[in-house]
Amino acid sequence: MTNFGFTILKERHIDYDGNDKSIAEYICEREPSFRTCIECGCCSATCTTGNFTRFSLREMNILLKRGENDIVREQISKCMLCGKCTLVCPRGVNTRNVILLAREAFQKQLKNAV
Amino acid sequence: MPEKRKEVIIIGAGAAGMEAAGQLARADYKVTVFEKEPKTGGHVKDWYHLFPDSRDSGEVIEYLDKQLDHKNIILRTGTVVENIKKNDGTFVVRTSDGGEISSDAVIVATGFDLFRSERKEEYGYGIYDNVITSSDLEAMFRKNEIKRHDDRIPEKIGFVHCVGSRDEKVSNLYCSKLCCVTAVKQAMEVKKHIENARVFCFYMDMRMGGALYEELYKESQERFGINYIRGKVSEVSENINNKLVVKVEDTLAGRPLKMELDMLVLMAGMEMSESGLKLAGASGLKTGENRFFSPADHHFGSNKSKIKGVFYAGACTAPLNITETISHARAAVADVIDYFRNPKS
Ligand code: SF4
Ligand code: SF4
Ligand code: SF4
Repeated sequence: MTNFGFTILKERHIDYDGNDKSIAEYICEREPSFRTCIECGCCSATCTTGNFTRFSLREMNILLKRGENDIVREQISKCMLCGKCTLVCPRGVNTRNVILLAREAFQKQLKNAV
Repeated sequence: MPEKRKEVIIIGAGAAGMEAAGQLARADYKVTVFEKEPKTGGHVKDWYHLFPDSRDSGEVIEYLDKQLDHKNIILRTGTVVENIKKNDGTFVVRTSDGGEISSDAVIVATGFDLFRSERKEEYGYGIYDNVITSSDLEAMFRKNEIKRHDDRIPEKIGFVHCVGSRDEKVSNLYCSKLCCVTAVKQAMEVKKHIENARVFCFYMDMRMGGALYEELYKESQERFGINYIRGKVSEVSENINNKLVVKVEDTLAGRPLKMELDMLVLMAGMEMSESGLKLAGASGLKTGENRFFSPADHHFGSNKSKIKGVFYAGACTAPLNITETISHARAAVADVIDYFRNPKS
C-alpha cells in the first residue's frame, strides 16, 4: 500500500468509548437538569469569568459529557459561583449546582486515587 | 344535504376561522363567525411579505375575505365569546354583549398571541429605542422605511432568535416553529432595502423544517451574505455612542463574542391567545403544558376537543404557518360534517 504520509492524530479524536464519563454521570444522578443542556452558550456569554479567562461553562458541560475531563479539571476552579449563569439558562439547568457537583466529583476521584 | 340546515358557530376570524367559514358556507351550512377585534384577518394582516416566496400578505387577505363573503355567513366583529355550553345536542354560546346564540357545532379558531417581548427584560425591548420586534419590522417594511429612532439608516442589524420560545424562564419550552424562517426572510428583506447593510442572525438551532425553508436559508447566505452566529444572546445594552451591544457566546468558535449593532430585531414567539385561554377555562376545554388547546388525539383527532361537537382549527392548537392553518381549518370542516352525519361516533 502506498504511504501518503497521513496518520490519524490520536489527540484530535474524542475517544468516546475509552473516555471516563463518570464525572458527568455523577452530576446527572444528583442534578438531572444537567442532562437537558442544549449548548446554547447563554451561560457562558453572561459569565464574568468566561469573559476574561478560557473558562466556558457551556464547553465544560459538553466536555464532561464526552469524558474529556482534563481541561475541565484544570479550568473549573475559576468559577466564582456567582450564579449569573443559572439566571439566564433557557433550559432551567441548575448550573451552579452542576459546578459544585463537578468539583465534588473531582475531589472524590482524587481521594480514590490516593 | 341535511334535512334541517345545520348551524355552526366559529370563534375567531383569522386565517383558520375565515377558511372554515367559507368551506362550511359553500357546503350549505349556516355559519356565524365571531371576532373579538373590529377587523378580520388576524395576524396575517400585520405581516407584509410572506415566506417562502415573498408573496404580499394582501393576496392572502383578499383570498380570506372572499371566503367570508357568502350569504350563509353572518360575521360579528367586536364580539368576544365568553363561553360555550353544551345542552343536549346543541351548543349555547354566550357573548360579551350579553347575547346567547345556539348552534349544532362549534369551531374554536382563536389563534395565537405574539409573545410580548418586554417580558425578556434583558433584551431591552421598550427600554432601548432601537430594539424592535419582528412584527415592528414588518410595519417598517410596509411603510418602506427602515429607520432607527434617530432617523438614521441602520447599517448593522441583528436578529435574535427564540425570543419567548424554547425558554423556560418565560415558561415556554416549545419551539414556535416559524421564527427561524421569518428571521431568514426578514434578514434578506433588510438587505433588499439597505444594500450595504450587514446582517447577523443569532440562533440556537436553525429550524428549517418546511417547504422551501432550507432553500431560503441557503439563498440568504449565497445571494445576501447574511451571517449566522450560533449562540443564545444573554443580554443587550446600549453604549454612549447610542449603539446596541449584544453579548453572546459564539458556541461554534467556543468564545464569547461582543458586537455593536445599530438595530436589533427580536423574533417574538407564538403563545396561546389570552382570549383562547379564557374561553378554555370558562368552557371546560383542555389545554396542554404549552397552554395551547390540546386535541383529543395527536394523530387522528388534531381538530377534535374532548367535547363532541366542539372542534379546533389553526394556531390555537400549536404554532402553525398559514399553509398549515388553512389545511387544519379544512380538516376541521371535514370533522364537523362527519359529526353531523354520525353524531354518536
Ligand atoms: S457561577 Fe461560575 S460559571 Fe456561572 S456565571 Fe458565575 S462564574 Fe460564571
Ligand atoms: S445556558 Fe443552560 S442550556 Fe445553555 S449552554 Fe448553559 S447550561 Fe446549557
Ligand atoms: S423556529 Fe427557530 S427561532 Fe423560532 S423558536 Fe424555533 S428555533 Fe427558535
